[in-house]
Amino acid sequence: MRDGHQTLALLLFSCFVAVTLGITTWVSRRRHGSAEEFYAGGRLFSPMENGFAIAGDYMSAASFLGITGLIALYGYDGLLYVVGFFVAWLVVLFLVAELVRNCGRFTLADVVAARMSERPVRIAAGTSSVTVSVLYLVAQMVGAGSLMALLLGRTGGAAQAWTVIGVGALMVVYVSLGGMRATTWIQIVKAVLLMSGTIALTVLVLIRFHGDFGRLLLTAAERSGQGKAFLAPGLKYGGNWTARLDFISLGLALVLGTAGLPHILSRFYTVPTARAARRSTVWSIGLIGGFYLMTIVLGFGAAAVVGTDAVRESNEAGNTAMPLLALDLGGGAGSTGGTVLFAVVAAVAFATILAVVAGITLASSASVAHDLYASLRRPRRKAHSEVAVARFAAAGIGVVAIALGLLARDLNVAFLVGLAFAVAASANLPVLLYSLFWRGFTTRGAVWAVYGGLIPALGLVLLSPVVSGSPGSLFPGVDFQYFPLQNPGIVSIPLGFLAGWLGTVTSDEVADEARYAETEVRSLTGAGAV
Amino acid sequence: MQPSNGRSPGAEDDPENSPEHREEHGAPARDVTYEDPWYDALASGWGEVDGTGRPAPAVPSARQEVSAAAMRARDVYAEVQRSPAFQEVRGRYRRFVVPGVIAFFLWYVGYVVTATTAPGFMARPVAGAVNVGMVAGLGQFLSTFLLTWAYSRHARLRRDRPALELRWETQELTRGVRGGAS
Repeated sequence: MRDGHQTLALLLFSCFVAVTLGITTWVSRRRHGSAEEFYAGGRLFSPMENGFAIAGDYMSAASFLGITGLIALYGYDGLLYVVGFFVAWLVVLFLVAELVRNCGRFTLADVVAARMSERPVRIAAGTSSVTVSVLYLVAQMVGAGSLMALLLGRTGGAAQAWTVIGVGALMVVYVSLGGMRATTWIQIVKAVLLMSGTIALTVLVLIRFHGDFGRLLLTAAERSGQGKAFLAPGLKYGGNWTARLDFISLGLALVLGTAGLPHILSRFYTVPTARAARRSTVWSIGLIGGFYLMTIVLGFGAAAVVGTDAVRESNEAGNTAMPLLALDLGGGAGSTGGTVLFAVVAAVAFATILAVVAGITLASSASVAHDLYASLRRPRRKAHSEVAVARFAAAGIGVVAIALGLLARDLNVAFLVGLAFAVAASANLPVLLYSLFWRGFTTRGAVWAVYGGLIPALGLVLLSPVVSGSPGSLFPGVDFQYFPLQNPGIVSIPLGFLAGWLGTVTSDEVADEARYAETEVRSLTGAGAV
Repeated sequence: MQPSNGRSPGAEDDPENSPEHREEHGAPARDVTYEDPWYDALASGWGEVDGTGRPAPAVPSARQEVSAAAMRARDVYAEVQRSPAFQEVRGRYRRFVVPGVIAFFLWYVGYVVTATTAPGFMARPVAGAVNVGMVAGLGQFLSTFLLTWAYSRHARLRRDRPALELRWETQELTRGVRGGAS
């Protein structure tokens, strides 16, 4: 890639960083340091603002670059991913958004602990939330590193490492100085940038094909070298039955995992009422749906305009399909239009990563300070203010994420994202649904539901071909692979539900009727909601 | 809409009539912390359930008094839960959500399983470049948009108003029971 791209792209990155740092300073100018302000931005965002912020939190670089790349390489099988990411929002809207807003205060553990013996439940839910967040965070960091190295044309390890460190440092600054309010505004800015960039490119693709989507598909099929097979499932996941089962497992994890992602759940606390939480979810569904529909057009557009072989040549995983398409749509390499569009895409991708990373860091620092620290600190020692702990936790998580991001540099990003979704669906969703809807659910059931999903999910990954036993795995030299699938969801999600049920029926504790009544009345009416 | 069929659970010690009761039962919010995270008072002092922002008065109080007041506050929720108005709201929510979730979940799982196990069927052409798979994929998008619209319309028209009334009513009752504490 040429120098012109890099200079312009770097200039645009700097603008974005300057604007977001400006927002952070402006927001932190008059802060009171209350927990409500730090974790929930004072709960005064409007549904539209929060809808944009949720969309900003959810549409990661994995969607923007990864999915267009998958569609450009494998056609229809990339589209399967998109559908899973999108349908998941119905679970959030129907079962989670309003009820969680009404029952909780800052974290997932709030909802569960309200009915149960507080300490063990908080420790369990806090642990699983932090695990999910760290996995998701590492995925984004790894993505950031490889992506920036790629886009800036510096494939050396040093550029990658410095990008990871830089992203980590920035996110700690945003979160510990600005809290939820700054993070939310960064998400909103990013969502607007991402949507405008995507709309512009989609319009250009459609103009190129005179608005004829059928012709776009036919051209894509033709230039992919696969013919009609490009427009039907099977190119990526059509191999043996293990591969097919693996995709079903991933599909389940995608559709059930979103409702258990801590950084999505914590967004519902930034609006004043359950009704506002519902309306913000509707906004975000509109935005995310529109965005994914456009990525489908862009993915097939990349195959049709750039050509599948050219995409694969540039990056094996297809991550550069979008910038290559932008270059071509702008008038080709060397032209002004191409340079500008390419730099815009690179800058948007960078903004996306920064914003998503800040959102996750905030959610996990809330879990550390509000759930783990509050439950684990020795009672006799002097209590620090929870917000101060959360700020330190954000810095600590930043360091952990940078370290893991550097270590896991060669892991596949899509795999890490899929794993985070699988853990969220196995460990967080069962306990959340049981506490909201099951009268007889007990403390032991809650603790078992969390660990019964978390441990199998992580354990199965350790035993999977990702870690050992195949040429592409982390430790190709050794072989302790006993589980054939890459994604544990199809086994670990039912196990999480089963463990919660088993823990409940085997415990002597009788579920407290009055506290269930309180949860139910609160969840549906909003009585006593903060 | 009387959740308790005419009898208010807070009537026994209505703080309006007996200010001294307020003193007696008033303190518990801090002491209940260990049992109930909803009532814990945070260091910053905003965590009051009714949103008045007043910190709980630090009146020392016997443990029995505390749990008695807390128990009555909980009885309010049980009472509201049994009330026909609440049952109606819950019924409306469940009657929409349960079939909705089952429908879209089966439709999604069916789609993914068909796509992975029967790619030949998905490749069958419908019109021009568009095949069954493309129609099903866009159908998933369409059904998600439609269900979102239906859900928010249903909630707006059928649930929001009664839920809000129940909310104020419940909060009035709990305030009455817990007296000056809240």
